[in-house]
Amino acid sequence: MKTYHDGLAALGDPTRRAIFELLAEGPTPVGELAALLPVSRPAVSQHLRVLTEAGLVRHRAEGARRLYQLDPAGLAALRGYLDRFWGRALEDFKAAVENEETP
Amino acid sequence: MTVVPVRREIVVAAPQDRAFDVFARRMGTWWNPLHHILDEELADVVIEPRVGGRWAEVGRSGSEYAWGRVLVWDPPSRVVLIWQLDTQWEFAADLETEVEVRFVRVDDEHTRVELEHRNLEAYGADAAEMRRTLDSPAGWNGLLGRYLDVVG
Repeated sequence: MKTYHDGLAALGDPTRRAIFELLAEGPTPVGELAALLPVSRPAVSQHLRVLTEAGLVRHRAEGARRLYQLDPAGLAALRGYLDRFWGRALEDFKAAVENEETP
Repeated sequence: MTVVPVRREIVVAAPQDRAFDVFARRMGTWWNPLHHILDEELADVVIEPRVGGRWAEVGRSGSEYAWGRVLVWDPPSRVVLIWQLDTQWEFAADLETEVEVRFVRVDDEHTRVELEHRNLEAYGADAAEMRRTLDSPAGWNGLLGRYLDVVG
């Protein structure tokens, strides 16, 4: 299951954060990412796999190569998290305001 | 990227002024005690009742940790708070999202509470700003950490 926290965990690694940032610029093939970063191409592929599993990155085929791009679900996950957060907070508030002694 | 605001509403069995007071003046009485940042038990949540007032958690020792500030203070119908916590639950001075809460009278004993948490794009806008500060791949790793944690 992909969660907001999985996303944060995946971004705990500095190289993955750098890859994520590069992809924020637009869809990019692996080779181009590897050329811009001080790590090997297989390492970039491995990091992309982790980011993909966390739901932050997805890819599509364009001819013979794969283009990687950010998954818009990233921010949507954050929104969903806050939605649940406020839902619980309002329930707690309701319980408090209805149980409070009326002065 | 536009992010649809979080919108929630709930009807409570309380008159409008009490609904406002419990929400905005006594937040510490209902806030989930597990939702705190300081490395100590949560003692209270304070919202200073004025525009520009602070919104902060208070720990058992009395120390405070800012969550944001008051943008609009209009009892008993409306309060707008600036929420400046990033996704790591850390205060970020340059991150400003808004939490508006409206208290709408239903009848003498019931109030509809409408909450909207908006400007969530700020989490992503932080990214663009950070992006501009970068001038070389060598500078990325350290600089990007906080922003990227926010975006995640």
